[in-house]
Amino acid sequence: MSLTNETIKARLIEKFGEQVSNFEEPYGMLTFEAPKEMNLKVMQFLFDDTELRFQFLTDLTAVHYPDKAARELAVVYHLHNLVDNVRIRFKVFTDINKPDIFTATQLYSSANWMERETYDFFGVNFVGHPNLKRILNVDEMDYFPLLKQYPLEDQTRIDKDDAMFGR
Amino acid sequence: MSETITHHHHIKLPEGSIEKTTTTLNLGPTHPATHGVFQNILELDGERIVSAEQTVGYIHRAFEKLAERRPLYQITTITDRLNYCSSPINNMGWHLTCEKLLGVKTPKRVDYLRIIIMELARISDHLICNSVVGVDSGAYTGFLYVMQYRELIYEIYEEVCGSRLTTNMGRIGGFERNFSNTAFEKIEKFLNEYPAVLKEFENLFNRNRIFMERTIGAGPISAARALNYGFTGPNLRAAGVDYDVRVHTPYSSYDDFEFEIPVGSTGDCYDRFLVRNQEMWQSLSIISQAYKKIQEMKGADAEVYHADAPAYYLPEKKDVYTKMEALIWHFKIIMGETEIPPGEVYQSVEGGNGELGFYLISDGGRTPYRLHFRRPCFIYYQAYSELTKGSMLSDAIIVMSSLNLIAGEMDA
Amino acid sequence: MPRPVQFNIHPIPADTKDNISMVGAPEGHAGEGFFATKLSDVVGLARKNSIWPMPFATSCCGIEFMATMASHYDLARFGAERLGFSPRQCDLLMVMGTIAKKMGPIVKQVYLQMAEPRWVLAVGACASSGGIFDTYSVLQGIDQVVPVDVYVPGCPPRPEAILDGFMKIQDLVGQESLRRRNSDRYKTLLESYGIQ
Repeated sequence: MSLTNETIKARLIEKFGEQVSNFEEPYGMLTFEAPKEMNLKVMQFLFDDTELRFQFLTDLTAVHYPDKAARELAVVYHLHNLVDNVRIRFKVFTDINKPDIFTATQLYSSANWMERETYDFFGVNFVGHPNLKRILNVDEMDYFPLLKQYPLEDQTRIDKDDAMFGR
Repeated sequence: MSETITHHHHIKLPEGSIEKTTTTLNLGPTHPATHGVFQNILELDGERIVSAEQTVGYIHRAFEKLAERRPLYQITTITDRLNYCSSPINNMGWHLTCEKLLGVKTPKRVDYLRIIIMELARISDHLICNSVVGVDSGAYTGFLYVMQYRELIYEIYEEVCGSRLTTNMGRIGGFERNFSNTAFEKIEKFLNEYPAVLKEFENLFNRNRIFMERTIGAGPISAARALNYGFTGPNLRAAGVDYDVRVHTPYSSYDDFEFEIPVGSTGDCYDRFLVRNQEMWQSLSIISQAYKKIQEMKGADAEVYHADAPAYYLPEKKDVYTKMEALIWHFKIIMGETEIPPGEVYQSVEGGNGELGFYLISDGGRTPYRLHFRRPCFIYYQAYSELTKGSMLSDAIIVMSSLNLIAGEMDA
Repeated sequence: MPRPVQFNIHPIPADTKDNISMVGAPEGHAGEGFFATKLSDVVGLARKNSIWPMPFATSCCGIEFMATMASHYDLARFGAERLGFSPRQCDLLMVMGTIAKKMGPIVKQVYLQMAEPRWVLAVGACASSGGIFDTYSVLQGIDQVVPVDVYVPGCPPRPEAILDGFMKIQDLVGQESLRRRNSDRYKTLLESYGIQ
């Protein structure tokens, strides 16, 4: 029996009840949400379960929604079941003033640098991460550049005239 | 030390006289062996590596923030610069993502032409990686010999899109122009001449005793650890797992073709080298199958090179320069003023290094709300300290080049 | 074994009559067993035909440089056979590729380690002015940190363009006065970069 989105959804609701919500299927990939305290429990369940077997972390990133109060930062996990060839997407939302999320490095070693990148760009604090510091930007940078309020260009540059460049 | 010189002519130092400490060596961002800029701070005990700490970000160009400023067609130019050794694959991957979001379906001929170009790019990428592994172990000849054939691949790109390295090739829904006869002649020439070259390249290295002793046992990784570290691509296949995005989630009609997935066993440098060589043979087979299929197409099918999607496919240049409506459409599409549906889509392609993924969130506006690149190099470079623990310094260099780390893809 | 590789599949035979240029001797007075010329000319001639470049390849332009070094566009025929990776032994710093702000101090450090006379070639749009990456993390041109002699535009520049830039460096090297590195003008240039 192949693993379908309905089966996965049914198993998740059976295990977690009301806590997993917002099931959608954009372009065929099952997407759901859980409260941020439950992220490790959900991923551990998806990892260990003999039928679900989501044992490959494809991607970990974050998205900034400045308009959603108390849910500004969304951390998105893409998981992949290599045996049955099914992918799902799992999101947790957090408040930007207190962006603490439990780290997934115990479960997936690949989450180590992906979480450092998410911290570097958005400021998400992964609780329990072995080495949470900036990875791609310079260490002295004091803001998180991918948040929507910051501009793309370096404001201190003198050789490019913003008016002529259409900014 | 006189009391310790014994009559055995052997200087024995008294116990505890020298503390065993480790040396810190900075394998810095500029180094002939680091092809691209990344730094490793190694703790060495004599010549054995105790631990390695990697620093990346020396070429961070803020692609993800840049993508939030640019409409869909302008993002193709920045996807070129991800894995710049095989930039057509990045371009096609991005166009496939846009097509998934916009609901554009491409005709078969477009898919087959795309496959020819993507497999040529894969050969180009694997050639650089393998010849550079040769250079790092002292064999410069292989590099010079195969670079000539990379020039032939560059000429094919030039016939199709005008540019050699950062190709910006194709449109959403197909190609900008039909492949000319010269392009097909060059592809045929490549198919005729390249197998002999690859055979000679293999003769130089595969059973060469020095090369085998350098690479066998250098940086092995087990399949379970590789999966946990998020490895994909030839590095994962060398460890024994046959995961290839072209087979698992076929895109661009890859399921019409017959090819094998070469798999190694120990995941060390020698296995990675052999897997990449075998993949080049498989790519050659795919290109000749696709070429034959294209030659067999007849009639109207044989002339089509783009999908019928006037809202997203830029009009022909000759019309843009002469007709008003085409000019207006061209301007609107480039500036992102046509209808872009909101939604979130994840599309992945098999790049030269593994699963290159594009996670695109659109809110219906001109530019993406968020675009994230799932970059395989970034994810598997984390395993470097585990791969080199306990090995010698020269093995560390070989492991770094056999992993095929491209700095542009790593830092984005 | 397929040799030689012929790329131009419809080749036109080359016209080499009166079309070949050779390096001439510098201006001077010749006589029986002697040749008198300016010292700077001779030194310039020797230096320009044996430049030891240091490739500082960061990104895509680095791959075009590898193509330039390979046998099709051979850089070695200009005298740059020996590519050094130690700045102490090199004359020409070729910066190829984007320089991020994290990498800026390292370019400066490598430049400082080079001994006079030294030249800098900025290859590519990113090294010249930041290129298409007008972002918070990219240095908008290496002339923010080191003085540059020749800029080669392109993204990436074709190998012919890189060779053209290299030939312009050769022109600069061949015509340089022997007193330039001690002159006040050069000293103020270095002071403006904070280099003593």
